[in-house]
Amino acid sequence: MRDEPSRLCVRALHKRFGATQALAGVDLDVRCGEVHALVGENGAGKSTLLKALAGVHQPDSGSMELDGRMHLPDGPAAARAAGLAIIHQELALAPHLTIGENLFLGREPRRGPFVDRRAQRAAARAALAKAGRAHLDPDRLLRSLPPADRQLVEIARALAHHARVLVLDEPTSSLTEDDIAPLLARLRALARTGVAVLYVSHVFEELFAVADRYTVLRDGRTVASGCMADIDHDRLIAAMVGRDLEQVYHRSPATPAEVVLELDCVAGVRLPREATLSVRRGEIVGLAGLVGAGRTELLRCVFGLDEVVAGRLRVLAHVGGRSPRERWRQGVGLLSEDRKQEGLSQAQSLADNLWLPVLSRQACRGVLSGGALARSAGPWLERLGVRCRGAHQTVAELSGGNQQKVALARLLAAGCDVLLLDEPTRGIDVGSKAEIYRAIDELAHARGAAVLMVSSYLPELLGMCDRIAVVAQGKVLPARPAATWTEHTLLTAMATGREREVVA
Amino acid sequence: MNLAKALRASGPLLGLAAVWGLFAVLAPHGNFTSWANTELMLLQTAVVGTAAVGATWIIVSGGIDLSVGANIALSAMVGALVLRDGHGFWWAALATVCTGALVGWLIGALVVGALPRVVLTVGFATAVVWAAHGMGSLWAGCFALACGALVWRWSARIRWSLPLSPFIVTLGLWGALRGAAKGLGNNQPIYPERDETLLSLMKPGGSLPPGVWVLLAVALVASLLLRRSVFGRHVTALGSSRETARLCGVDLQRTELGVYVLACTCAGIAALLQLSYLSMGDPTTGQGYELKAIAAAVIGGASLAGGEGSIFGAVLGALIMTVVDNGCTKLQFDNWVQEIVTGGIIVAAVALDRWRHSREVSRAARRVP
Repeated sequence: MRDEPSRLCVRALHKRFGATQALAGVDLDVRCGEVHALVGENGAGKSTLLKALAGVHQPDSGSMELDGRMHLPDGPAAARAAGLAIIHQELALAPHLTIGENLFLGREPRRGPFVDRRAQRAAARAALAKAGRAHLDPDRLLRSLPPADRQLVEIARALAHHARVLVLDEPTSSLTEDDIAPLLARLRALARTGVAVLYVSHVFEELFAVADRYTVLRDGRTVASGCMADIDHDRLIAAMVGRDLEQVYHRSPATPAEVVLELDCVAGVRLPREATLSVRRGEIVGLAGLVGAGRTELLRCVFGLDEVVAGRLRVLAHVGGRSPRERWRQGVGLLSEDRKQEGLSQAQSLADNLWLPVLSRQACRGVLSGGALARSAGPWLERLGVRCRGAHQTVAELSGGNQQKVALARLLAAGCDVLLLDEPTRGIDVGSKAEIYRAIDELAHARGAAVLMVSSYLPELLGMCDRIAVVAQGKVLPARPAATWTEHTLLTAMATGREREVVA
Repeated sequence: MNLAKALRASGPLLGLAAVWGLFAVLAPHGNFTSWANTELMLLQTAVVGTAAVGATWIIVSGGIDLSVGANIALSAMVGALVLRDGHGFWWAALATVCTGALVGWLIGALVVGALPRVVLTVGFATAVVWAAHGMGSLWAGCFALACGALVWRWSARIRWSLPLSPFIVTLGLWGALRGAAKGLGNNQPIYPERDETLLSLMKPGGSLPPGVWVLLAVALVASLLLRRSVFGRHVTALGSSRETARLCGVDLQRTELGVYVLACTCAGIAALLQLSYLSMGDPTTGQGYELKAIAAAVIGGASLAGGEGSIFGAVLGALIMTVVDNGCTKLQFDNWVQEIVTGGIIVAAVALDRWRHSREVSRAARRVP
């Protein structure tokens, strides 16, 4: 295998977005017939690298070669035509079409103006056989397939289009445990036929089961690469972490008071499976976990957006499942991870968004006044440093960071005592991050609010939180003081679902 | 920016001025600009305009109502029936408006998913009407209403729900309500006794007829409710982003049910005006009004994606359509010309609005670093 030629070869790739250096020298070699693991923390530059490979972003400097030829696609279609297929977490398949139609969507075999159905069916059979799903009928509707089969249909599509490099981005995040092993076996079999597979995942068991070699990214550059056989969990994690904590975190001394949020074996419809946790007034508790571990679902269950099917839940003095409407009244607020769709109503004004949960408190004898709403919104927006021309401006006109500050200001304006924050700093600039950190710190440590915060960015959790709990496969492990965690131990617990004592 | 906003708000008004001015110039001898003609145009707008006020509410909430025309016919038939039975104008007016509101409750309940409760309630109320029709139409109706309300309350314990899309629900009712209107009069119009109060609503001559005042009052109240009440802001939020509204604790079911009841009450009021205009209950009246009401709302600046719309814009939109109809008649254009011009105005109004919108968005995008 070591003698196999390099299929995909990336050298000294650089990419800058504004002030952020997303890629600062990435080297990557993926050989014919191997499964190559690409690892790195959130923000290490994995997704930027994938987007460069797919032609979504053009690199500033450096080179990419595919089978010795320059690979500089100007868009996803060009990348696919060159033989590089990327399979994302969210599959790009049309549920109302058949498997065969999905496989050849956009490049149907034709006979005159009509689709040559027989040729399409035959080609679909061949591609499905290569993906190990020969028993699937190409005429079946895609929506009748379970998620694991859909994933393989997408792989079959890549093969039908003669992909020589197959990139899988967190392919197992939507699969059950029983479906994972067959997928990995299939990938190994595919690699033996000469396809190069680049496998992006956080789950170390999968990486060690499937990959031949690895490349580790940190802060936008390649920091290590080699054979999977020559490395173990601990050394892989050690290569991923080792960043300096940025000095943007405010943390005042915490004086935790009484417990205001208590979960006892809470379970949702699918996730979380078992959540036991308590949060006190005046403290920030962090939830760490992989994508799909059930962190977001946990917050949504507490807030009444998702159904609680088992366990006991107590918020302040209130017991039992409640609706979002009642939660706001009780002084609980949730910051959504999906700012664009759910968090804010993009076409409405800042004032409308800010006051929506507590509109009736703003009404004077049932009458609202637009001017008064905007005036009373002003101080809250100022407090979080929202840069805008006034509270009458529509949300869509603001930058991501300022939008997020508006969403957080809503919780402040509603006077929340319990704050559920889901990825509060996702996709925003460093300046806005610092302001949001300051606001959260002040809320918890000066005003005595209880904060439960989900983040995929570990330095943030370590820098902000008083205690951190790890969520793995729908279960919440016991929370421990932040000082007893390191990025290393957090990552281990997230990936394995077990808390290992630190072996010095 | 404020100038642009003012321009945007006054768009329909400018459109109306342009269309009116055009016909005033083109048809100088057709007495287009006379007071009598202006009054006639206002009267002709009253019915569709009132219905358009309701349609705007529904569109702002992100829904749609295709059954307005049939609702107007059914409500007017009920009013005519009550009048024929000799209960006088006020009972007839109340029955007409209540029928509209009831249809709104029916649509809203089906949309929010209370199908089983609706079936129980409507079934029971129908049985009561059947059993009690010897009491006379009005009292049987009131009795059935009371019984239905009880069943509706009692059935609140049924948790099973099946939300339906408003397009489908009102498409079904578009036919069903028309059928009910025809059934109510055995396929015949209902000719009530001549009632002076009813007729005076839509009688031209002298100052503005009461019907036009009714339209203005309905528009004023609806506009204030939409802009200045908690309920109105919740409706806007619901249409703007359902997920955000849910996150922020807006009671989606109650709000949505409320929108349809309120909007169809407007349709009921429109039915009363139509009853007065025709001075009889005609089961075939109001055909195509649903599309006219939607068109008026859209010309007035409403977005079918929800979250946006202006009540007075919709009234002006209805007026623009009347002016085009009337002006084309004065110019002795054929009917088909009017229809093409009206269609063109609808598309042009929306295209203009989208264009302005995309410019605003791109300007905003340039500002953001």
